[in-house]
Amino acid sequence: MEGADAAQVAQVLGGDRDAFRVLVERHSRSVFRLAYRMTGNQADAEEVVQEAFLRAYRRLDKFEERANFGTWVYRIGVNCALDLMRKRKTEMEQRVTQRTDDEERPDLMESAASSDPTPERIALSGELKEHVEAAMRLLSPVERTAFVLRHHEGRSIEEIGAVLKLSAGATKNSVFRAVQKLRKELEPFTTTKMSARPAR
Amino acid sequence: MSDAMKHLNEQQLVEYRYGDVADAKEASTIERHLHDCAECQANFAALKRVLETVDAVPVPEPDPGYETRVWNRLRPEMAQPARASWREWFTVRRLVPVASVAALIAVAFIAGRLSMHAPANPPLSSGSIATSTSAPNAAQPRERVLLVAVGDHLDRTQMVLMEISNAQPEGRETNISREQQRAEELLTANRLYRQTAMHTGDAAVSTVLDELEPVLLEIAHSPSSVSKAELDELQKHIEDRGLLLKVRVLDSTVRQKERATRPAAQPKANGNGTTASSL
Repeated sequence: MEGADAAQVAQVLGGDRDAFRVLVERHSRSVFRLAYRMTGNQADAEEVVQEAFLRAYRRLDKFEERANFGTWVYRIGVNCALDLMRKRKTEMEQRVTQRTDDEERPDLMESAASSDPTPERIALSGELKEHVEAAMRLLSPVERTAFVLRHHEGRSIEEIGAVLKLSAGATKNSVFRAVQKLRKELEPFTTTKMSARPAR
Repeated sequence: MSDAMKHLNEQQLVEYRYGDVADAKEASTIERHLHDCAECQANFAALKRVLETVDAVPVPEPDPGYETRVWNRLRPEMAQPARASWREWFTVRRLVPVASVAALIAVAFIAGRLSMHAPANPPLSSGSIATSTSAPNAAQPRERVLLVAVGDHLDRTQMVLMEISNAQPEGRETNISREQQRAEELLTANRLYRQTAMHTGDAAVSTVLDELEPVLLEIAHSPSSVSKAELDELQKHIEDRGLLLKVRVLDSTVRQKERATRPAAQPKANGNGTTASSL
């Protein structure tokens, strides 16, 4: 696969723009999955894919490790998704400047208590997905990126640190903070009904 | 660390879960402690349940035609000169026109504030951008700066509209990326000038700029290469609103007004210390 990538990259650099299509067909789904995990919605994920491949195309002449195009475009995708998350965060902050943090944050605990959920009931009703998505939105862009890359994508701390320009210690800490936040928000939904109501 | 006495903290559990404990000896200690300590076992199990819950949210699988759609959207973009990415859009390109327009308005405002102290300053109502017919007045620097800026903006807008209106379809698709980029830049300035015109009560300017905005928006958000039908649609929107004529008329009015507000030329002094006009 990677050897084939090198051939396509060489063709594109030689002026055959349409050869880039093969690279898009080969790698756009993996970039999409990553982008969806990072941004949390399909429209943003598609935007990330588009931007990642466009950036890759425009910088192809600077790409030296031609055998690893998939890895390279994936990494560009991480950066594009991170940029977009930061942009969305700024937009959201501008919209809610006047509101307090408590007003803005989805009150997951209250929502859980009001509907007497059990894990089974939540899973069956489809609420679980919403709770997980709401909890993921509480992570900062860096925390979310670190968590997605470590947890879902199985990337090493060194790889994640290189993308985020963080030391190994700071990268581990970002993953930890992400897990800590997720646990705080989601644990009530994953325990039994009897223990699902910690005091607020 | 005494395995029996000290419980594992959350960070240790998280690092252990992902195999990120740097020290093999520490990893082994954690493992032993987990084996022996029921409380830490329960804590670790709770952590794993949360992470499994996160895993339960699926990523939607794109439809079978997804790659083709990505390619179809990408292909025309690849043919264009590099356009700003989000980050660049929010830094360099967008901020330059915004900053220059904002600076211009600030300069005009400050100039206007300073001119307010002049004894012969006209009432504020005569400070509109283009519709005032008041006589030339040296105390109108704010209006003049704005008039020059709005005139230039109208010139540039006119060029974009003319290029779109006169564009001939080039085969199946017509490249309008240059006009699109210029429309994007004009859009920001257009909004600021419109708001300024509304603020100063200049209905003639604000009305035309208000009509321009959706068309500039439409051009800016069109694909870089448009089909014949899309080009026809853009041309029709410009024609139906009579925008080219309106922009020309307003531009002409603004230019006349700007000339009228120029400070009168100082008469040349003659050798006797009297002015030329006194001769």
